[in-house]
Amino acid sequence: MIVNNAVYVIVMREFKRFFRQRGRLLTTLVRPLLWLFIVGTGLSRLVAPVGDDGSGAGEYMQFLLPGVIGMTILFSSIFSTMSVVWDREFGFLREMLVAPVSRLTIVVGKLLSGTALSLFQGMMLLIVAPFIGVEIGLGQVIAMVFLVSLVSFSLTAFGLFIAAHLKSLEGFNVIMNFIILPMFFLSGALYPVEHLPTPLKLVTYINPLSYGVDAFKHVLLPGGGRLSAEFPLILDIIFVSVFAAVMMALSARAFSKRG
Amino acid sequence: MAIIEVRDLVKSYNGLPAVNGVSFSVEEGEIFGFLGPNGAGKTTTINILCTLLASDSGSSMVNGFDSMTEPHGVRSSIGLVFQEMTLDNELTAYENLKFHCYLYKMKRALTAQRIEELLAVVGLSDRKNDLVKKFSGGMKRRLEIARGLLHRPKVLFLDEPTLGLDPQTRRNVWEFIADLRAREGNTVFMTTHYMDEAEACDRIAIIDGGRIIACDTPENLKLSLRGDTISLETEDDAKACLELKEGLGLEPTMIKDGGLTLIVEHGEKEIPRILKGLSVGVRTVNLKRPTLDDVFLHMTGREIREDKNMNRNSRQPFRR
Repeated sequence: MIVNNAVYVIVMREFKRFFRQRGRLLTTLVRPLLWLFIVGTGLSRLVAPVGDDGSGAGEYMQFLLPGVIGMTILFSSIFSTMSVVWDREFGFLREMLVAPVSRLTIVVGKLLSGTALSLFQGMMLLIVAPFIGVEIGLGQVIAMVFLVSLVSFSLTAFGLFIAAHLKSLEGFNVIMNFIILPMFFLSGALYPVEHLPTPLKLVTYINPLSYGVDAFKHVLLPGGGRLSAEFPLILDIIFVSVFAAVMMALSARAFSKRG
Repeated sequence: MAIIEVRDLVKSYNGLPAVNGVSFSVEEGEIFGFLGPNGAGKTTTINILCTLLASDSGSSMVNGFDSMTEPHGVRSSIGLVFQEMTLDNELTAYENLKFHCYLYKMKRALTAQRIEELLAVVGLSDRKNDLVKKFSGGMKRRLEIARGLLHRPKVLFLDEPTLGLDPQTRRNVWEFIADLRAREGNTVFMTTHYMDEAEACDRIAIIDGGRIIACDTPENLKLSLRGDTISLETEDDAKACLELKEGLGLEPTMIKDGGLTLIVEHGEKEIPRILKGLSVGVRTVNLKRPTLDDVFLHMTGREIREDKNMNRNSRQPFRR
């Protein structure tokens, strides 16, 4: 992998921008909590009725945690690659394109910064785990760092591939509604995929986020039962890795073209 | 060897030629201007030279590197200031410059000093830690020019460097560019549709409809027109007319409402001769030199700014 000054400075720039945009920082931290505590609380009564002894109260909320981590990574990865479109719209992309660095350097820089920002935001959510009854030890944290990095990387590569083809920010809404939200809804983040009708189930099978969220469930909800992981962990890792490699190659190719 | 060498460059968009067989060369240390109306092909040419755009045919060399096959060599040799802003508004002035240093792989030990030096040159030293989004248009321009010079490029490309700036700032930017060339000794390649800016170039190429229609020093281009116009008002126009014809061999024209005009090559040298040669009293003398506007009008049959109501911000096509 090409890690040099140019990659370093592209990553640093994205971090500076991220932490300077207070609104963005706040949104990314608050949105998952809204899902977890508001949607989670509301639906948990419906999905898993509380027993007389109070058991099952937090079960759905626990189920949501891997999904909400997946959602956070998804939004964060796609949003950070939109900075490419932003840069194109505001001209800054040209500053990078005319520099004596290869296009691959720019792709790697954006990939690493998107991955790192998603990793940061995804891991922040583990802080709430103990409060909703998900027990995590050091081993799980380490496993999550690995898996969240992998999933973040693949989704950032995917976002970069999209961004390479977006000419303006107006296209972002279309992407959001037709790709990002369906990816989230059909990933097993909010409900297990096995009960979905076949056409929708097929979509979940080609959705990389399904495998990502499933992998998180392996680590965070190891107990088994009707709300636990649905695919083998090894399949999750392989699917996400292959998807990441293909997307990285495609986005590198898209960026190396000249008009 | 010329530092920029362009031969028969062609680039079409959807079958419409934007650049249609352009050839020219620029010598090291020159300030070379590309003068033409919007849509003449100026930005397309720059984008091809700077490796942002692939040409359909023809060749372009910058500092000995081929724009098509050796983009890396070209990119290391040039500094660019685009028509639109290409700064990061969310970063400070200093951070924008630092980003550039890293991107151009400048030696770490030299960067800080170089940044400070150029910030001082563009008069932004005291604002270096402010976010760029707080800057005025003129300040951003100056910062961009500073950035374009950080890595000591052999050629500085300026695409309409004063577009959208107020007259005062335009003048400042322009003085600054001339001053920089004197200081850093680099070649400057710029596009403009302002005549006064073109005047200040060492040589200019007039481009229209994707073709270069003239390329010379502003002085020579103006000389290629019929010459200077001298207008005279005298005590006795008829007598003056006769004296000018027979005594000095000139061809004056009498004007109905009074006065004479004559066209000569070097007006400033003719005036003393005329005044000496006339026996009648002269009330007024007026010398009008041809401007580049006249040159453009003469060569293309239209004013350069006929299209000035067009949207100036309309972007030239450009892809990754």
